[in-house]
Amino acid sequence: MSPIVSGLLNVVGILIVLVALAAGLTWIERRLLGFWQDRYGPNRAGPFGLLQAVADMIKILFKQDWVPPFADRPVFIIAPAVAMVTVLLAFAVVPVSPSIGIAANLNIGLLFFLAMSSLSVYSIVLAGWASNSKYSLLGGMRAAAQMLSYEVFMGLSVIGVVIIAGSFSLGDIVDAQHRLWFIIPQFLGFVVFVIAGIAETRRLPFDLPEGENELGAGFHTEYSGMKFGMFFVAEYIGIVLISAIITTLFLGGWRGPALPPLLWFLIKTGFFIGFFILLRAALPRPRYDQLMACGWKVMLPLALLNILLTGAVVLADRSPV
Amino acid sequence: MNALLQEYLPLVIFTGISLAMGLALLVAPFIVAYRQPDPEKLSAYECGFNAFDDARMKFDVRFYLVAIIFIIFDLEVAFLFPWAITFGQLGVFGFWSMMVFLAVLTVGFIYEWKKGALEWD
Repeated sequence: MSPIVSGLLNVVGILIVLVALAAGLTWIERRLLGFWQDRYGPNRAGPFGLLQAVADMIKILFKQDWVPPFADRPVFIIAPAVAMVTVLLAFAVVPVSPSIGIAANLNIGLLFFLAMSSLSVYSIVLAGWASNSKYSLLGGMRAAAQMLSYEVFMGLSVIGVVIIAGSFSLGDIVDAQHRLWFIIPQFLGFVVFVIAGIAETRRLPFDLPEGENELGAGFHTEYSGMKFGMFFVAEYIGIVLISAIITTLFLGGWRGPALPPLLWFLIKTGFFIGFFILLRAALPRPRYDQLMACGWKVMLPLALLNILLTGAVVLADRSPV
Repeated sequence: MNALLQEYLPLVIFTGISLAMGLALLVAPFIVAYRQPDPEKLSAYECGFNAFDDARMKFDVRFYLVAIIFIIFDLEVAFLFPWAITFGQLGVFGFWSMMVFLAVLTVGFIYEWKKGALEWD
């Protein structure tokens, strides 16, 4: 009985923390952006504006939530749920600490994460198509091409990690980093993974699917109320997810001296979340052709080079000369 | 069988609860949200114009090209994963056979590049 109880505790705990974190992140991001842009950001609701997230949530729940009469009704309604559920599911394989994690030792963990992040493409394309509006369709097409492309590079960039660790299980990958974090032998893979991760979560500077100066709001132009809110929550959980995966794959996960594992995990993940927000404040958006060219002409050769180098080094290291 | 179940059980529970959460968020507005439709609100957003065309319009063939290239390279990734995980047992022969495979793909990639399939202007 005990594994079921502990599993249930893990599941419920992680879900609650994730959703709370996503809500909190909306406040953190706006405060940080305010700080970097020399203004206040939300500071009225509660101390330091901390209750802003709660206020937003209540507001968005009571907002008019209509389905446009010209839209493809069932698909239109399902799309935001797909966005949220796939991002949440991907979190199942993240080892938060030695004892916290839903299926951290699943032997296909890394593949599961990649599968879930591919599935989230569906939500965007379906949303763009079902809205039956021009901006939505364009946003959906852009998102599809961008996410498909960067998914390839993301898959290629983790192959070096798999070669060294010899396992898809994220728990094993963390264990394999007990001497050296993979960011050092896999620096190229790390760079490609971070950039692909930003493109996969459609965060600035790669948020062309919803570039507001060209496309209104892109694929969620016709969404309102809670359905829009779900896309929003999915985006923020996506940031947390990518940060957590970067931490796990390249920065030794929960490993670190002195402090408890959970704290180390939170520090490293928090660092990358902050980095993502800083990117938004610091960088302008590239043009769409630049984005795709950067992907296929720079990232792909880099990722292939990384595989070649990693394979050669591991082979040379192992074979008796 | 039992060990397998134990490994996947938390995942099943997690899937169930996430689905329930998604559903709850979809249903909640039906119960609490305020609604007062009017024809302007229900029309498609086109920066103030009335839509003068079907929204499912023609789009650039390059998106289709990207999809084709994606299939090839994603298949490549699918071949690389089993190779990567068994790399420890493969040795020199395994390494070089994958390099030949990658070289063939690279030739194709260079051809694509020269033909302009990656250009977006």
